[in-house]
Amino acid sequence: MTAQTFDCRNAWAEAVAEAARADERVVVVVNDSVGSSKLNAFVDEFPERSINVGIAEQNMVGVGAGLANGGKIPFVSAAGCFLSARAMEQIKADVAYSEHNVKLIAQSPGVAYGDLGPTHHSIEDFAWMRTIPGLTVVAPVDPVETAQVIAWAAGHEGPAYIRVSRMAVPAVYPEGYQFVPGRAVTLREGTAATIIATGTTVSRALAAADLLAADGGEVRVLAMPTIKPLDEAAVVAAAAETGGIVTVEEALVTGLGGAVAEVLAEQHPAPLRRIGFRDEFAVTGTAEWLLDRVGASPEGIAATVRELA
Amino acid sequence: MTAPTTIHHGLRHEVDPPLLAAPDREIRVLGRVPEGASDAETEHHLQLAATEVRRRAIQTVGAAKAGHLGGEFSITDTLVTLYLDVMNISPEQVDAGDPERDRLILSKGHAANALYTALAVGGYLHPEALRTFLQSESMLNGHPARNKIAAVEANTGPLGHGLPIAVGTAIAAVLDGSARRTFVLLGDGELQEGSNWEAFMTAGHRRLSNLTAVIDRNRLQQGARVADTNDLEPLADKLVAFGWEVREVDGNDIAALRPALRAPGSDRPVAIIAHTDKGFPVSYMRDNVAWHHKVPTAEQVGIALAELDGILGRLEAKESNS
Repeated sequence: MTAQTFDCRNAWAEAVAEAARADERVVVVVNDSVGSSKLNAFVDEFPERSINVGIAEQNMVGVGAGLANGGKIPFVSAAGCFLSARAMEQIKADVAYSEHNVKLIAQSPGVAYGDLGPTHHSIEDFAWMRTIPGLTVVAPVDPVETAQVIAWAAGHEGPAYIRVSRMAVPAVYPEGYQFVPGRAVTLREGTAATIIATGTTVSRALAAADLLAADGGEVRVLAMPTIKPLDEAAVVAAAAETGGIVTVEEALVTGLGGAVAEVLAEQHPAPLRRIGFRDEFAVTGTAEWLLDRVGASPEGIAATVRELA
Repeated sequence: MTAPTTIHHGLRHEVDPPLLAAPDREIRVLGRVPEGASDAETEHHLQLAATEVRRRAIQTVGAAKAGHLGGEFSITDTLVTLYLDVMNISPEQVDAGDPERDRLILSKGHAANALYTALAVGGYLHPEALRTFLQSESMLNGHPARNKIAAVEANTGPLGHGLPIAVGTAIAAVLDGSARRTFVLLGDGELQEGSNWEAFMTAGHRRLSNLTAVIDRNRLQQGARVADTNDLEPLADKLVAFGWEVREVDGNDIAALRPALRAPGSDRPVAIIAHTDKGFPVSYMRDNVAWHHKVPTAEQVGIALAELDGILGRLEAKESNS
């Protein structure tokens, strides 16, 4: 039986509309990305509060900063590749350094655009965004968490960069789960090793843990929805209590993997393997296939964990 | 952010940086133009303020051994006309964070010293803070920051950022049904940045009549004439084509500048092409490309102060005759 899967954009669209109903300061800013952000219903319900600047990402983020200056709570939503790379200086200066209360929503990030190719991938975003002071970086894992992260962002005073993926993912968290920014979530207990995953790779990590359990080894699985600020205590505990750490991300390994490596090197050296994209532009392929290709399939993750042992 | 104190008035945080040498005399904190002043009295007040700003700003650069005097002197008249007269803003509104205040975004953030000095002359910033310009831990960066100076709206410096932000504050006012206005001050060389044209297009499309962009048309960029680098002309035609109302004025003549700044657009955003001289009005600096960020010698500071004091003397003579 295959578990039901979800496109997290639907959860985002419902959550931002809910936030807009609750708080009239909430607005969305887009770059001709209404459809790809699943915002058609939002635009129908809040036409005045839907600001489409056209295909102009630098302007889009600057306008978002100005709206925040004017007391609004802007959700700036665009394909992650263009939002992160094209408007990087605006994210740095107008949003983060200026402490403007802007929510940057990176749609279809990582390799979600698959065979459209590297121009449309944003595998660099974790690595880039986590270098910017004051910017919270989040990659929700499933639709429940996506909705909770959007609700949190609407109420949180401060800039945030949030990935919203179109890749099909199953519901991962147990009933009653509540997102807490900056906190890892233990989805499976174990001591043989720890798999730390984020966003779309968490369900793959859980499947890998099932494979490893069949070998007789129980691994810990941590979901790390917040890339920054990182739950350093959870990383150090994993290093102290389990045999080593494998990180898995739909991004360059300098994102979550880099952040974990820094914590281990400085606080608690331990064996580490990082699964994700390396120093090359991706070959042509679907998102799922590209993830499998870099070793982020359940089998690939399990094999990497076995290498640690 | 900590509340401003009396000593640290206008600063977001209390810090204790080293102090630059004191100026030859304290600036006159002229404050806003008094209510009910006539046009002549207002212009006089603003001319005094502009001259105060320039004579203090050059001493700051002389002491700090860094700054961008040429492009600061070209916009000084605009800065004082906005902060001391045209804008609906006051030190009290800034301190209270009044959401209904008018906004000024200094897109050419390298002119920070002129901004800080105009804020001090206008009563928005403690004059002593000017002695901390560029010093370790100072709130007075080489480029302005809203998390350091209360009256600053955006952290600018990289060019081509101010206009999109201003479009955002103007849209926010429209959403609020508020009459508050947004002003943005751009360099002419800065218009070579494409992000400005994205924002010109958006503002024209949305007919943001509450937005006024002042373009400091001093014809010089860092190392050469704009016309010799990547020419902007026909600038007015371009702006009209983007849906803006264009007003061309002498940007170093407060009597001409003031009415252009006061009247909002009727049904579209307003671009004021302020024809200025870099370094105005200092004889050796004026329209001279060398003075983008050149530091004056003590002797050059003295020459400039003598020239500026000549202007002050004439203004004061006019005052006693009236």
